[in-house]
Amino acid sequence: MQLNMTEQGDIVQISVQEERMDAHNSGDLKEQMLQLFDEGKCNLIVDLSAVRFIDSSGLGALVSGFKNASAREGNLKLCCLQPQVRSMFELTRLHRVFEIFTTNEEATSSF
Amino acid sequence: MTKRIEIDIKVPNQTKYLGMIGRIGESLAYSLKGFQGNRRELAYHLNVVLTEALANVMCHANKYDPDKDVKVSISASDHDLIIRVYDQGQGFDIKTLSKLRAKTTDEGGRGIQLIFKLMDQVEYLREGNHNVLEMKKLLT
Repeated sequence: MQLNMTEQGDIVQISVQEERMDAHNSGDLKEQMLQLFDEGKCNLIVDLSAVRFIDSSGLGALVSGFKNASAREGNLKLCCLQPQVRSMFELTRLHRVFEIFTTNEEATSSF
Repeated sequence: MTKRIEIDIKVPNQTKYLGMIGRIGESLAYSLKGFQGNRRELAYHLNVVLTEALANVMCHANKYDPDKDVKVSISASDHDLIIRVYDQGQGFDIKTLSKLRAKTTDEGGRGIQLIFKLMDQVEYLREGNHNVLEMKKLLT
């Protein structure tokens, strides 16, 4: 999975550069986030603007990141969801778990 | 009366093929000329259902064995669409799984629930020496 990462203060933005997040590649995102947590970086924004499709594995990887960030008194927030990706969060009620922002700037300023 | 579309697919048991199978489902949704509903939504839902069902076989029934295959058959008319996904694993109790609800903090357990939410009829059958997950969607 291709991930672009940028740091702004103590916030790391992970931009997923894939059209699909599924059982084939979601483990890569999970591993990358675990590495960031090991480095003490616990405030993450995951930018999903390039993602057109997400399945339960992709959602599970994000839940994993959210739980690990929260356990370290950090947070994982999401931004830039395409409508059909957002619909998957609503179907699984995960939109009630994550803070979801329309733009990256809004997500950044919410920390 | 329009003839049914019948598609049989066999792919190696490797998750890199999930995208390809999902796109076949999407293409099928756009080719059902008589379907009057939200075609874009149907396409996305077929992609989800195929992805979830195949990933379940690849990861659980076939335990990531790249030498195994996964078979899928899709049968569609303007009235309904039936997806059958075959496996030779130990099988599972679909009635129990259908009643489980993933907690919001669970990392897994949402795949089969998504299938139940997006399809109208879901059955898991034993046929000969294999199992079949049969998922039906009414289109009228």
